Amino acid sequence: MMEHDRKVRDKRITKSGQMLNYGRYGTAFFALAVLALLLLAVNVCVGSVNIPVRAVMEAISGGKMSGGELLGEKLSGGVMSGQNLSEGNGSGVGTVSLYADIVLQIRLPRALAAAILGGGLALSGYLLQTFFHNPIAGPFILGISSGAKLVVALMLVAALKAAVSVSSVMMIAAAFAGAMISMGLVLLMSRAVERMSMLIVSGVMIGYICSAATDFVVTFADDADIVNLHNWSKGSFSGISWDNVAVMAAVIFAASFFTFLMAKPMSAWQLGEAYARSVGLNVRLFGALLVLLSSVLSACVTAFAGPVSFVGIAVPQLVKRLFGTARPILMIPACFLGGAVFCLFCDLIARVLFAPTELGISTVTAIFGAPVVIAVLLRRRRA
Amino acid sequence: MEEYFFNTKGLTVGYDGVPVVRDIELSLKKGEILTLIGPNGAGKTTILKSIIRQLEPVAGSVWLDGRDMAGMSGSERSKTISVVLTERLRTELMTCGEVVAMGRYPYTGRFGLLAEGDRKIVREAMELVQIADLADRDFGKISDGQKQRVMLARAICQEPDLLVLDEPTSFLDVRYKLEFLSVLQQLCRRRRVAVVMSLHELDLAERVSDRIACVMEDRIDRFGTPEEIFVPGYIPELYGIRAGSYDGLSGSVELAAPAGAPEVFVVAGNGRGTSVFRRLQREGVPFATGILWENDIDYPAARALAAEVVSVKPFTLVSETALLRARELMGSCREVIWAIRPEELGELGAKLSAFEEYKNK
Repeated sequence: MMEHDRKVRDKRITKSGQMLNYGRYGTAFFALAVLALLLLAVNVCVGSVNIPVRAVMEAISGGKMSGGELLGEKLSGGVMSGQNLSEGNGSGVGTVSLYADIVLQIRLPRALAAAILGGGLALSGYLLQTFFHNPIAGPFILGISSGAKLVVALMLVAALKAAVSVSSVMMIAAAFAGAMISMGLVLLMSRAVERMSMLIVSGVMIGYICSAATDFVVTFADDADIVNLHNWSKGSFSGISWDNVAVMAAVIFAASFFTFLMAKPMSAWQLGEAYARSVGLNVRLFGALLVLLSSVLSACVTAFAGPVSFVGIAVPQLVKRLFGTARPILMIPACFLGGAVFCLFCDLIARVLFAPTELGISTVTAIFGAPVVIAVLLRRRRA
Repeated sequence: MEEYFFNTKGLTVGYDGVPVVRDIELSLKKGEILTLIGPNGAGKTTILKSIIRQLEPVAGSVWLDGRDMAGMSGSERSKTISVVLTERLRTELMTCGEVVAMGRYPYTGRFGLLAEGDRKIVREAMELVQIADLADRDFGKISDGQKQRVMLARAICQEPDLLVLDEPTSFLDVRYKLEFLSVLQQLCRRRRVAVVMSLHELDLAERVSDRIACVMEDRIDRFGTPEEIFVPGYIPELYGIRAGSYDGLSGSVELAAPAGAPEVFVVAGNGRGTSVFRRLQREGVPFATGILWENDIDYPAARALAAEVVSVKPFTLVSETALLRARELMGSCREVIWAIRPEELGELGAKLSAFEEYKNK
């Protein structure tokens, strides 16, 4: 009888334990989603010109038509054109249409870009951390973003010389090529070095080499047109057009979807290569797909926003602590949301803190992200 | 032939086509344990890796239930064979329950979600290895002994017909070693799982295994029952033991005997001498001992450590020659140590005491 009672109680405890976990996951997802929406709204309203929420609503609902016209105008402008439309100088235009312009042409695409690219970046970092079994891996620190940056810079300079206009797709393709080159080097290194810290050091070195080469290219290509390139090579979410948003959304959502389909093999991979193989995982194919997906994600981010530091390392770490688990099926959507929140928040600070002067996005992400990495390292040492 | 569940035919294993161990012919029935023993670097791990197909065999084949394993797909294989490996996991925020549940991988759907049936199997596996209470603990924060059991539960969850373990007891203390092997034995008997593993502990291998394969240099030197393998003199040969000695019956080892003519005579018997022998060995003092019947518990250690042992055949009277030799040795040694009291040895004790008095005069 007592035995039975204890069994019943034990069962209840484990059941409630599980429910507690599901409750935690649900709450965490809800909190991240609410934060993302809230920050999206704040990013649209707040800036060097503060726009009342009502005006924003009007601009979005009423501006669909005029927004469409404006969109057509801007389509040909290419990647960097958004910056030409600087905020708050339209004194001759009516306030309402000015608001509409700012909201629809500048802030909304920029905020959406920050959310989408931030999500993609965090996910790319999570994939790399999983792939290398290394908690401080990320696209920036492993030099993958810098590789992408270098090839994009080379292509832009060449395109400017040849007076060819550059499409978003070309940007992504160039960034992907660069990302794959860096990734290849990192993979070679990872075979040669046993310790995970050495992998990070070699990644940082690759990053420095690529950055130096990019600076070289940018310096010697210096002319009026290249100012934007200079800004971009430091990392920024500014100057994003709707056209850009459409392309990045397509690429990043597709890559994220495929990543989500790989949640199960990723969980096997977490136990190490040999065990993953023993449960029937095709390790080579899996590794190739993971490398490909993380490269596509970080390449896409780099193509539009330049290299953005620390998001890829810090966000997955923060999200893992928040959820108290590393299960890929939860972490993939959670990292995406977390990256969106993190980048929206950092971009807000970058724009607003010293407005109208803008901070580089990497400056802000580093301030919030680097301490997280240090905390991770300290925890490791203690454990 | 068909009665064997697992066997290898002319299997040659190695790295990059270079053979390490050749012409391996092993066979095993369901519910039996096969243990590979042999010196470090002989290729035990290489054989195991080839059986589980982490390594492509150089030549030959591995058969399971009448099927050539080369023809099995990865997912088919994963439903038949599971493993416990030496590589240590670096998990992050994974509970023991989650690690065990990974064993269900070949059976779950697209997203790897556990059905109620899977949960039940996970629970049962954890109960079988007695780690049900660890389910919610972080895998990174439990002891090595517990980790090894979690890994065993994980392997059991995979519902294998063949379980392959590479040195599963190496990092465990003696208590966990015994517990681990007991669980393994139960698993074999209850679920009729065939087990192939490598062990360093010869005493444990002898006790737990139904079959033993000795890996030496580039071949399987012997393959048979423990009784066939653990015959006097074979283990030192297998391991090339030069310093010290290994006693096949007790499975105990002794370090090398001190060199030189005996300086001390130890009167031993009834198991009292062994600790004295070992102490003299540590201090580097060569000694002689006697008079021992060859079935005395002190005899194996005496043989391994003493410069000379005065002994007589079991169940016989102490011979005149033995007594003379003992007197001679006591005379030449600078000291006599009584590990056992003269009264306990009866008539022999009295005689040896007389020899000592004579020597002191």
